[in-house]
Amino acid sequence: MAKGVWIVAEQRDGALRKISFELASTARKLADQLGEEVCAVLCGSGIEGIAGQLGKYGVDKVFVADNPALEPYTTDAHAMAVAKVVKENDPAILLLGASTQGKDLSGRLVGKFATGLATDCTDVKIADGKLLAIRPMYAGKCFGEIAISSFPQMATLRPNVFAAVENPKAGAVVKFDPALDAGQLKTKVLEIQKDTSGKVDLTEANIVVSGGRGMKGPEGYAILEELAAVLGATVGASRAAVDAGWRPQTDQVGQTGKIVSPNLYIACGISGAIQHLAGMSSSKFIVAINKDAEAPIFTKADYGVVDDLFKVVPEFAKECKKLLA
Amino acid sequence: MNIVACVKQVPDTEAQIKVKPDGSGIEEGGIKWVMNPYDEFGVEEALRLKEKNGGEVTIVCVGPARAMETIRTALAMGADKGIHISDPAFDGADAYTTASALAAAIKGIPHDIVFCGQRAIDDDSAQVGAVLAELLEIPQVTVVTKLEFAGNSVKVIRPIEGAQLLIECPFPCVVTAQKGLNEPRYASLPGIMKAKKKPVDVKDAGALGVSTDRKARVVRFVPPPARAAGKIICADDTPEGKAAELAKLLREEAKVI
Ligand SMILES: Cc1cc2nc3c(=O)[nH]c(=O)nc-3n(C[C@@H](O)[C@H](O)[C@H](O)COP(=O)(O)OP(=O)(O)OC[C@H]3O[C@@H](n4cnc5c(N)ncnc54)[C@H](O)[C@@H]3O)c2cc1C
Ligand SMILES: Cc1cc2nc3c(=O)[nH]c(=O)nc-3n(C[C@H](O)[C@H](O)[C@H](O)COP(=O)(O)OP(=O)(O)OC[C@H]3O[C@@H](n4cnc5c(N)ncnc54)[C@H](O)[C@@H]3O)c2cc1C
Repeated sequence: MAKGVWIVAEQRDGALRKISFELASTARKLADQLGEEVCAVLCGSGIEGIAGQLGKYGVDKVFVADNPALEPYTTDAHAMAVAKVVKENDPAILLLGASTQGKDLSGRLVGKFATGLATDCTDVKIADGKLLAIRPMYAGKCFGEIAISSFPQMATLRPNVFAAVENPKAGAVVKFDPALDAGQLKTKVLEIQKDTSGKVDLTEANIVVSGGRGMKGPEGYAILEELAAVLGATVGASRAAVDAGWRPQTDQVGQTGKIVSPNLYIACGISGAIQHLAGMSSSKFIVAINKDAEAPIFTKADYGVVDDLFKVVPEFAKECKKLLA
Repeated sequence: MNIVACVKQVPDTEAQIKVKPDGSGIEEGGIKWVMNPYDEFGVEEALRLKEKNGGEVTIVCVGPARAMETIRTALAMGADKGIHISDPAFDGADAYTTASALAAAIKGIPHDIVFCGQRAIDDDSAQVGAVLAELLEIPQVTVVTKLEFAGNSVKVIRPIEGAQLLIECPFPCVVTAQKGLNEPRYASLPGIMKAKKKPVDVKDAGALGVSTDRKARVVRFVPPPARAAGKIICADDTPEGKAAELAKLLREEAKVI
């Protein structure tokens, strides 16, 4: 009988990523309801030392594969390693992050386990001893409650939505041999070009300040950059701004851009088209600054300011600076 | 080169999606159906590879009778032939079942490279490409914004959080397309005329020999959680006053800064 709640933890450059703790805490909650154990799988090279940190967030046991071929992440190597240890232990539930890595890996595992997967979930529960995963569909225009009839029941969790709560457990480290078949390692990472701006990725930021067509041009973003610097935020954009060439594609929030769930999302000069809302509706707190009181963005906003953003934003940055000093 | 592009027919992004009163699905009436936008990038890239290196582009689609229109659109863009997997048993199929059907069809034809969209904009599950690659037992590179053909492999750019990866992947492989990969062409009028005569094979689950069993199902569709009505900040009606009030509320009431 499949048993236990498992997570695939993520690390990069020898540090666990925040999503790993979000996964651990969520798994703990589910496992406590089932009266079962939480186990994590962690793959990489030279990472045995960090595995124990997962214990702090509720993990009982961490299965570690430490092998140079597991760094940097490739689908081939990680899928092989995770599939091996999961098959040997037959968990009931397997959670991954809906991060770039988790999205890439989870589909591959679905193929290996011939099971079902609910992706990019914003809530997960136990109902009648089984996983019930809640996920936005049709760009958040409706939500689906997904049940999975095979094992492991898989889900990926949207980053930044689930709380990481300390709840110390043993976090015992168990090493396993990933039994990598060199002939099956086909993809090669030739180069990693790091973004050296030092800014937190939109999908992981606590605060996002986004600008749209109302910014009038690329220069307009200077006031958003300034505000972002005060708040420790990352700047995003609507597609209108990206298509106009004011901001890079990687800044686009929305249905055909990034899906973000920060604690605070500040939309400046963005009308709130349905495709934009698809990318930010799961933000915990939303502020809209727009001179048009009828703009649809106000239907999603917790706080709205109807005014010229070029007057409001610089003042707002000043006020924040004072408050945060 | 033998190129395959998977296309899914989805509701137009402007479509109003209404949950049926009994929560069993969505109301399909009045929806305009289009090719999944990410699949347009896949089809375009397939056509560019063919134009540069020769070969053939096959379109594969799982969907009801109306999905034929989307296959014809891809043929009108310049693809050579289509496979339409159509069977009522696939209604409400999950990603695994969908990928199994695609895999069965693709196994039957030569394939050096298989394109999918990085995600379908209706179900948004973003998994079919990877499941398909595993079932075909070939490598995958997902969410690709740039692709270069390098003989017997492709070199691609894949953005991840805070970095971009340059990855080399040998043929045969699955590539999932992300916005930025290219600018998809529109079908020309002669293209549309020609598409009518291009061959499309229609197959059902029996012909493919795949199971239509589902592993995952939507138990219930629910409308999105309602957000409490927001507060419009008026303060003393000056931009300065509003800015100060907003900062104060975010700090003291919302506690998010
Ligand atoms: C009533 C109903 C219930 C459903 N229940 C579930 C469920 O419980 N679990 C679940 O996972 N899905 C469910 N689905 C969605 C299912 O029909 C999807 O086709 C399937 O899950 C694939 O997911 P996706 O479309 O989000 O594909 P993604 O993985 O987002 O698509 C990525 C790419 O794969 C290719 N692709 C996907 N589907 C097709 C296709 N049909 N033909 C050709 N290429 C394709 C395309 O290139 C696409 O861009 C349900 C749908 C309905 C209408
Ligand atoms: C297939 C498809 C996919 C799409 N995907 C996305 C996506 O991923 N992300 C996305 O964002 N869009 C997407 N779109 C586009 C979307 O439909 C809208 O066109 C876009 O979001 C509009 O951007 P905007 O709000 O910046 O511009 P507009 O709608 O033009 O709004 C500008 C706003 O700025 C306000 N404004 C102007 N000047 C000022 C001022 N001085 N002070 C205050 N306010 C001011 C105006 O009142 C207006 O509300 C997609 C569209 C399609 C068809």
